[in-house]
Amino acid sequence: MTLDIEVVHHHHAYETGETLVGEFGLPAIEFRNVELAFDDQVILDNISFTVRRGETKIVLGGSGSGKSTIINLILGLLKPDAGTILIDGEDVTDFDDQEMMRIRKNIGMVFQEGALFDSLSVYENVAYRLHEEKVDEEEVEHEVVRMLQFVNLEDAIDKMPSELSGGMRRRVGIARALVGNPSIVLFDEPTAGLDPPTARTICELAIKLRDLEDVSSIFVTHEMNNLEYLSSEYATLDRVGEVHFELEGERLCLLNTEVIMLKQGDIIFSGKDEQLRQTEDPYIRRFLRGK
Amino acid sequence: MNFIAKFLSGVQEITFLLWRSVKGLWKGPRYFKETIAQMDSIGVGSLGIVSLTGFFTGGVLVLQAFPTLEYYGAQSSAGQSVATSLIRELGPVLTALMVAGRVGSAISAELGSMVVSQQIDAMRALGTSPVRKLVTPRIIALLITLPLLTFSADLVGIAGGGLVAKQIYGLDTNLYIQSAKFGIAMTDIIGGMVKPIIFGGIIGLVSCYKGLNTKGGTVGVGRSTTSAVVTSSVNIIIADFFLSKILQSLFSATIF
Ligand SMILES: Nc1ncnc2c1ncn2[C@@H]1O[C@H](COP(=O)(O)OP(=O)(O)OP(=O)(O)O)[C@@H](O)[C@H]1O
Ligand SMILES: [Mg+2]
Repeated sequence: MTLDIEVVHHHHAYETGETLVGEFGLPAIEFRNVELAFDDQVILDNISFTVRRGETKIVLGGSGSGKSTIINLILGLLKPDAGTILIDGEDVTDFDDQEMMRIRKNIGMVFQEGALFDSLSVYENVAYRLHEEKVDEEEVEHEVVRMLQFVNLEDAIDKMPSELSGGMRRRVGIARALVGNPSIVLFDEPTAGLDPPTARTICELAIKLRDLEDVSSIFVTHEMNNLEYLSSEYATLDRVGEVHFELEGERLCLLNTEVIMLKQGDIIFSGKDEQLRQTEDPYIRRFLRGK
Repeated sequence: MNFIAKFLSGVQEITFLLWRSVKGLWKGPRYFKETIAQMDSIGVGSLGIVSLTGFFTGGVLVLQAFPTLEYYGAQSSAGQSVATSLIRELGPVLTALMVAGRVGSAISAELGSMVVSQQIDAMRALGTSPVRKLVTPRIIALLITLPLLTFSADLVGIAGGGLVAKQIYGLDTNLYIQSAKFGIAMTDIIGGMVKPIIFGGIIGLVSCYKGLNTKGGTVGVGRSTTSAVVTSSVNIIIADFFLSKILQSLFSATIF
């Protein structure tokens, strides 16, 4: 609640032009009492949470608990029945598709199944956003290669999506989402169904975005080792520009990662991963251990 | 009650889709490249089956009509009878039905599988309007190519009729052409081009609507494809009746 007041205050300060300091304090994503039902089935029941700037919010929850729905609401692909959704402090709840386009430019989305365009090559998929914005082809090529290097897939640049494995598709999806350096990235189960090393690579990407690019993100997952990686490691750059992953605690540092857990459309936990592990709630304990 | 409500909401949504795709025309971004590609795959791609249909339709018209014409001693007007029935009715309707089968199904299957595999969501998430990028180019391509396809079906059909008249009934080709020329009025040609424009709009709107509203996974894609072809075909035939009536009243001074 205190946060709400703070936001309103900052927003006011920003608008009246007294000071620009306030803009920095605005959360990247905020849900206030969001409700959604399909027919008479309640999908989200009075959900409120905040993703601060630069924060990674891990969203846990069983199948059908409403995780993808939350992500669709952020993108404006769905509209809530009640409540308010703010992106970078701007109330987007009633924005139509046209107005949402401006917001979406700043959001990268990694879909649960990749959602690559079948009729376009890997290159064209990753370049999609830039082609739509009629960016110079030379610049497009540079950016696409850079992004494919980021996800370790330079070799697949001329392939069609149907020639890729599941993990490769997912990584192309990540590259496509990251083009244009969005300040918010939404991952919908990016590691589901992948082998542990590939899953690890994807978590490392998310960690790099958080620690090196200051990206705010939502990371939906079922997998406990994703939670482990994201909430205990951080990325640093050494003098030659190589990325290293270090465990929390080697140096004192507070990772910018929090967890929320959904159960049938309700948030039943919100906090740090240590708190999550210490909870007495039998449902959460069973979720963490699988029994 | 439920059926009527569903029907009305369908009509409402299709009207809304029409409105949005028209709006995509004068506010950018416009997708010329996509439109040209669609014109190629719809127009050039359908030319073969449409011409074949036209050819045999013209042929069968002569085959059936000639004995009757001969009975009344009116063999010489075979050309006219083929040309008017082709240009007024059979050309536009048969072409539209063939295109509905070939292109309508392809459009709704393509859009439907894009919905099911979240490619439409991805498109919106990447800041593109699927209506502008996918629907508007397809409708425009149909509006432009269907009249052209109809025109070629008419021509090939008249030629097919002439061939049958010559080969089977020994009618002089010059006589046939003279009679066809004499029989075609300007109003026939105008009507024969207005109809395919409307039919093209029906095929495009219905198929895009059915495709974009696909629900229920891959099974749903099959369902919306079938439904797109059936709905556009039925609507073409219904619209043809009313269009003919309207055109007849407009041109009443010249027709018959
Ligand atoms: N278009 C829709 N129409 C009706 N119900 C829907 C629709 N989309 C989702 N639901 C329902 O909403 C609930 C939440 O779905 P959602 O996709 O958000 O789950 P999820 O947490 O992402 O699950 P998973 O981990 O399996 O991806 C489910 O019960 C689902 O049946
Ligand atoms: Mg999901």
